[in-house]
Amino acid sequence: MAVTIVKERWTNKVGEVILGTEPNVVKIGGESTLPFLHFEGEMPNRPAIALEVWDMEPTNWPEILTSAYAGVLNDPVAWAKKCVEYGADLVCLSLVSAHPDNKNSTPEECAQLAKAVADAVNVPLIILGCGVEEKDAQVLEKVAEVLAGRNFLLGCATQENYKTITAACIVHGHNIIASTPLDINLEKQLNILITEMNLPANRIVIDPSVGALGYGIEYAYSIMERTRIGALTGDKMMAMPVICLLGQEVWKTKEAKSATEEAPEWGEQERRAILWELITAVAFAQAGGSLFVMRHPESLKQFRAHIDKLMQSNAY
Amino acid sequence: MILIGERINGMFKDIREAILNKDPEPIRYWARRQYENCAAYLDINTGPTVDPKDQPAVMEWLVKIAQETVPLPCCIDSTNPEAIEAGLAVHKGKAMINSTTADQWKMDIYFPMAKKYNAAIIGLAMNEKGVPKSAADRVALAMEIVVNADAHGIPMEDLYIDPLMLPCNVAQDHGPEVLEAIRQVKTLADPPPRTTLGLSNASQRCTNRHLINRTFLIMCMAAGLDSAIADLEDQELLDAVAAANILLNKDIYCDSFLKTFRQR
Repeated sequence: MAVTIVKERWTNKVGEVILGTEPNVVKIGGESTLPFLHFEGEMPNRPAIALEVWDMEPTNWPEILTSAYAGVLNDPVAWAKKCVEYGADLVCLSLVSAHPDNKNSTPEECAQLAKAVADAVNVPLIILGCGVEEKDAQVLEKVAEVLAGRNFLLGCATQENYKTITAACIVHGHNIIASTPLDINLEKQLNILITEMNLPANRIVIDPSVGALGYGIEYAYSIMERTRIGALTGDKMMAMPVICLLGQEVWKTKEAKSATEEAPEWGEQERRAILWELITAVAFAQAGGSLFVMRHPESLKQFRAHIDKLMQSNAY
Repeated sequence: MILIGERINGMFKDIREAILNKDPEPIRYWARRQYENCAAYLDINTGPTVDPKDQPAVMEWLVKIAQETVPLPCCIDSTNPEAIEAGLAVHKGKAMINSTTADQWKMDIYFPMAKKYNAAIIGLAMNEKGVPKSAADRVALAMEIVVNADAHGIPMEDLYIDPLMLPCNVAQDHGPEVLEAIRQVKTLADPPPRTTLGLSNASQRCTNRHLINRTFLIMCMAAGLDSAIADLEDQELLDAVAAANILLNKDIYCDSFLKTFRQR
């Protein structure tokens, strides 16, 4: 007796977002199936990976991380070039110096630096503010203007500051990261608010505010899973690719920061920290993430090898 | 909830006159209006006053005008197989046949037709003896329909069982039976057939028709109803369906859920 193989048939797919301008374009999204189930649909774009660059030298990164970027940590342009050497598909520039507690850099200063970095590499940029909503609105507005037409990805827009950032993306031709704090209903609502301002849905990337392994990874996983299923079953306001800002989360943890001597039963720090970042990324790839921002180049390398295998077709 | 707009039916005066005078405007008007009111299909019925020999041509005319006006499939509604086939022949995309009963001679006409035109088809849980009273009897007729559909290679997702609601002012004991029948139809096959309902029957010649229709639709959604042929003019009906989708965990909640329900 013949067995009927049961396959899901979805009615909709995740929107495809194009970042950057030809010839240096990265496409994310477009999935018409659950993650890596090539036998039930298409994954036209493999997950893309960015490495993080700060616009000022980090003071509390562990040595096992800073050693990978020796000599470039106080030169964002050189640092960005190093990231591309390490195989990053994009560079994620974090304008940390704009934070009032750091240098409180002006929007103009941030924008000039962003331009220098953008002109130095041939990959698209993700540009993040400092996390203070009001400041980020001003900073990203200026960045958008100075980098007009480059079609980069600007973030993070929240329910408080999305209007300014959305307007800047519309006027100057960029894409937006819509960020909500692990709340799927707010996530959907923010996408609605942004599209109501007439930014097309295919210029929105969802940031669910992922947590690292051991620090609430399950919440983000379940939200991303529900988001993907919503997209595939026809919910247009959930049909956007997801970005995982996991580097910043992983490298805050004691599992990444504790020296080998401090926690001998945890094993050697470098291997442990890289594994922590890698497993966090792998879990989110399984949950449907399309864009990953990481810190350690070795994590990127191993994650990329993992994705290579997962992107091999299992269609039958 | 797949909503099927009921309005393009010759039993309504304006449609009847439009057919008589070959005036496409009322057809276009109702096609557009129902499209805006979340219709996924337009039910197309020539009505009882068109002569059987004219029904095929009228059906063709109605289907063409509807599909020229809005990008929706039609639910081709007639007791005349020639009229149904005429509608299917000019239909673009996947139509729905409304309907067959559990009578063998009807199923022998309509299931091959559904297969030929790759159409979905509504199966009424009744036969020449009429509409049964109990849920069990309705489901027994539904089973016959399921078996026949399957034998003709109609996929279960293209089969819509209608357990047939009767007006609550004269057949008040049917409501609970219909709800139970909707639940049980899902157990008839795996994957299961779909269900539909001619909603307006529930309130024929009653007062507060919209209220009765809307309330029964939500009850049926809780029992698992997949689609309904309804009067989509009632905005509160559309709002209630949007709310029901949230409560049944079918759509993800957001504060603008009423607005997103209406967006295409």
